Parts: sequence; structure tokens; C-alpha cells
Amino acid sequence: MSSMTSTSQPAVEQTNNMRSLPLRHAKNTLMTILMGGALLAVLFPLGLIFVHIVKMGISSISLDFFMHIPKPTGEEGGGMANGMFGSLVLIGMASLMGIPVGIFGAIYLSEYGGSRISTVIRFCADVLSGIPSIITGMVAYSLLVVPMKGFSALAGAFALALIMIPIVLRTTEEQLKMVPTSLREASLALGVPLWRTTLKVTLRSALTGVMTGILLAIARVAGETAPLLFTALGNQFWSSSLTQPIAALPLQIFSFAIAPYDDWHRLAWAGALVLVVTMFALSLTARYFGRAGHKN
Amino acid sequence: MNNKVKLDDLNVHFGGTHAVKEVNIDFPANSVTAIIGPSGCGKSTVLRAINRMHDMTPGAQVSGRILLDDTDIYGRGVDPVAIRRKIGMVFQKPNPFPAMSIYDNVIAGYKLNGRMRRDEADEIVESSLQRVALWDEVKDRLKSNAMELSGGQQQRLCIARTIAVRPEVILMDEPASALDPLSTLKIEELIEELKERYTIIIVTHNMQQAARVSDVTAFFYLGELIECGVTKKIFTTPDRKQTEDYITGRFG
Repeated sequence: MSSMTSTSQPAVEQTNNMRSLPLRHAKNTLMTILMGGALLAVLFPLGLIFVHIVKMGISSISLDFFMHIPKPTGEEGGGMANGMFGSLVLIGMASLMGIPVGIFGAIYLSEYGGSRISTVIRFCADVLSGIPSIITGMVAYSLLVVPMKGFSALAGAFALALIMIPIVLRTTEEQLKMVPTSLREASLALGVPLWRTTLKVTLRSALTGVMTGILLAIARVAGETAPLLFTALGNQFWSSSLTQPIAALPLQIFSFAIAPYDDWHRLAWAGALVLVVTMFALSLTARYFGRAGHKN
Repeated sequence: MNNKVKLDDLNVHFGGTHAVKEVNIDFPANSVTAIIGPSGCGKSTVLRAINRMHDMTPGAQVSGRILLDDTDIYGRGVDPVAIRRKIGMVFQKPNPFPAMSIYDNVIAGYKLNGRMRRDEADEIVESSLQRVALWDEVKDRLKSNAMELSGGQQQRLCIARTIAVRPEVILMDEPASALDPLSTLKIEELIEELKERYTIIIVTHNMQQAARVSDVTAFFYLGELIECGVTKKIFTTPDRKQTEDYITGRFG
């Protein structure tokens, strides 16, 4: 602009501009290349993992894989049906324990809490989400496995729930805070008690976001192995008892991958493929819910 | 005229701020009282004290008495929820429930509090929408989302929602300030009609609006009630110099 308005030295300024233009183009190109490189650096490992897992696992995916439990050493075939079932049981029970605690905690923080206690709870949740998951497993071990004198599905689910709580709590709290105060006030002004307002107006308005948080929490614990090592322990056989050790997909992948047999390795790859595809699907669903929420 | 609502030495503090100071004022039944004053003079704060909305604000402290038919709404054992059923409120920005249909918005006060009979609901929806002159505009699309309505229609819907629960007093916090002139006119006509059944207290920035719709006007400045009287007198021959200065646009 200044070159247009200035009348004293237009020629000089114009040459300055002309000189800097190629330089600016060069900078722009360089930056674009760097950004593109960063994008590739993010996408490449993901693509590599995905392609590799599909390549190694797809050949062992069959109906048998989903229908049968592992065969004894030396026998061909078998699947990880008990591991997948066990993971479903563990995640289901962990959700039953972790999601209500997370949601009600978030409601307390966002709708009821005094400022000091809220800060403490929030800090604790953040610390909890930063604790290595193997330590969560140790806690579940000493709280449940030792007193119950045995590894159990219950202990495994408890360990997973401890991981889910802070994730659900913080995402739900953020979503509740985004609900405009005017909606709460509209409901309160109609003579609706605060608890009904919270459940039917505030939580209802935040529902899609809360669902996204829940799905992300599930996706996070679906692949957890460390907290299950000395809680759910794993099981070679079918078990649906909550007080007995139970199989889980990540545990089965772990034990099959370190075994010295080739067909076990193939099963481990197939298990990894199932796990990755499941988590991918969960993330996509979470994104879908997130989008739907934004539209409203 | 008998008084429906009476403020008795009302004080409101937010933390260390004394927002409303020693306010005494009577709101006559079946009439419109306008509360006017420059921004930050405490007019909305007074209004929100009348249906205990400050209960929700951390750090807000209300003292003095607010009488609704001789009952102190801040008295011991008085349930704020019951008070809010008698004293409804319409807000500055139209705030229909976005996840609900037009129909459900009107009966939200019942629905959120439990279930209600279908035929009863139909009747309440029709009569409430008719009273806010919205029925003809929306009767063919009662099941559509309330957010599809225009701003002015949304605000009338919010008024319908408020009168659907049959309050005795309606508080309005600048109900037309977010609306275009035509919608504003409709809201003002509505206020005129509603006062036959309800006691209306309206906060407004717009002095012409106060002059048009209200019977009584109260002028607030810096948290104090400066003057309160019949609207015509306030706008023509106010007793206090501050009132005159504000009315004539010398400050504010």
C-alpha cells in the first residue's frame, strides 16, 4: 500500500518489493514443503503399521478365527474367539464401572462443585490419566486380586475402569461447560429443579460430545495390555466367569507373539488386525458423533 | 391497585461488589412495570433476584425481603423451584430448547418435570401459542425444530413456554433487544395483552419502549432506585434531576 500512496520515492520502494518477491516465494515454497513433510511424517508410520498388519494378518483371518479358541501346541488352526469375547466382557464391565463415575463426576464439577474441591478433583483426574497403566494394574492387583485370592475378570475390568474414568470425566466436563447458561436458566425459570435441568437439558444438549468421549475412552482401553497382565491374567479356554481369569485379545496377541511357533505368530497378527480395525472403527464413530454434535 | 410483588430493603452483593443497594419498590398487580437505567445500574440484577436466579451464581448474596403476595420468597423453607413456577422469566436472547420441537418447547415446563396427558398437552400448546399470536404461524409445523423459527418467533415461543406453566408474575429481561423493529412491535403488543392476566416486570434499555408499554417506571442508577412512579409522570415531569437527565439523553 505504501508504495501506492507514497509519491516521494515510488521507484525505490517498487524495486524493494520486486527484490523481495522471489525471496517470499522461495520462503513460501520451503514452508509448504516442510509442512507437507510433517504431514507425511505423521501419516507414514500410521500407514506402515496398518499395511504391515493387514499384510501379515489378513491371511489368518477366517471364520475359524472368530469361532474357535486356540488349539493346543502342535495342532494347526484355532482362533481367538475367547480373547475377543473376553475383551468384550472386560470392556463392558469397565464401562459399567467407569462411565457412570466419569459422567457423574463431570456433572459435579461442571454443575455443582465449589471452586476449591473442583480444582482438587480435576487435578487428581489429570494425574490419574497420566499414571502408567501397568501401575493401575498393580493397584487393581493389590486391591482385588490379593484379597480375592485369584486373578479375575472383575479385577481386569476394575483396572480398565480406572483408566477410563479420567478420560470420560474430563471430556464430559468440557462438553457440559459448552452448554450455554441460557439453556439452564430457561429450564430453571420454568420451575424445573436443578437435577432435572442437569439431566434433561444440560446433559441432553451435550450428549453427542459425551458419546464421543466415551467411545474414545473405550478405544483407549481396548488395546491396553499391561493392566490386564496381573489382573485378568488371560485364559487359554472359554471362561465367562467374573471371578475367574479371562482371556483378552491384547493378552493373547502378547503371548502368541512371543511364542516360538509360526502359526501362533500368524494368529497374533490376525488378532492385531482385528484390534486395530476395531479401534479404527471406534475412532471413526467418535468423529461421526463429534461432527453431528457440531451441527446441532 | 394492590401490590403483587414488593421489594423490601433489597441488597445484592457479588463478592465484594455491592450491585443493588437498599431498594424498596412495589410492583402493582396486573400492570407493567418498566425498570430503566444505564448499563450496569443493576436493573437485571434486581430482576433476577425476583425469581431467585442468583441462587445459581457463585458468590452472589441477596439480603432484604422480596414479597410475593406477602410471602417472603427468600424466607426459611421456601422452595426456589416453587417460586419460579409462580414467577416466570423471559430472557434477553430467545432461548428455546434446541433439541426440542415447537410443540415440546411450549410444554417444556411440564415435560421436564415429568409426563403429562396428551389431550391436556394439546390444549395447553394451542392456547399458549394463541395467546402469543404464534398459533397461526406455526400450527402446521408444530413438530419441527424450534430453531427453525425466526428470532422474533422464537422469543414469542419463549413467552408461550413461560405462560404455559401459568405463572402469576412474568419477568422480562430486555425481551426485544435482540429483535428487529417489527418483531419488537409484536412483543410490545403482546405485553399489553398479557398484563390482564399477569403482573409484568420488564427491564429495558429502550426508553421509548418503556414509555409505550409500561404503567409504572422505575429508574435505577449505580445500583440505587432513583425514582419510581407512574410512567407518564416519569417521562414528563420527573421529581429527580438524575431521572430527567437520563430521560432526555444527557447521560447513559
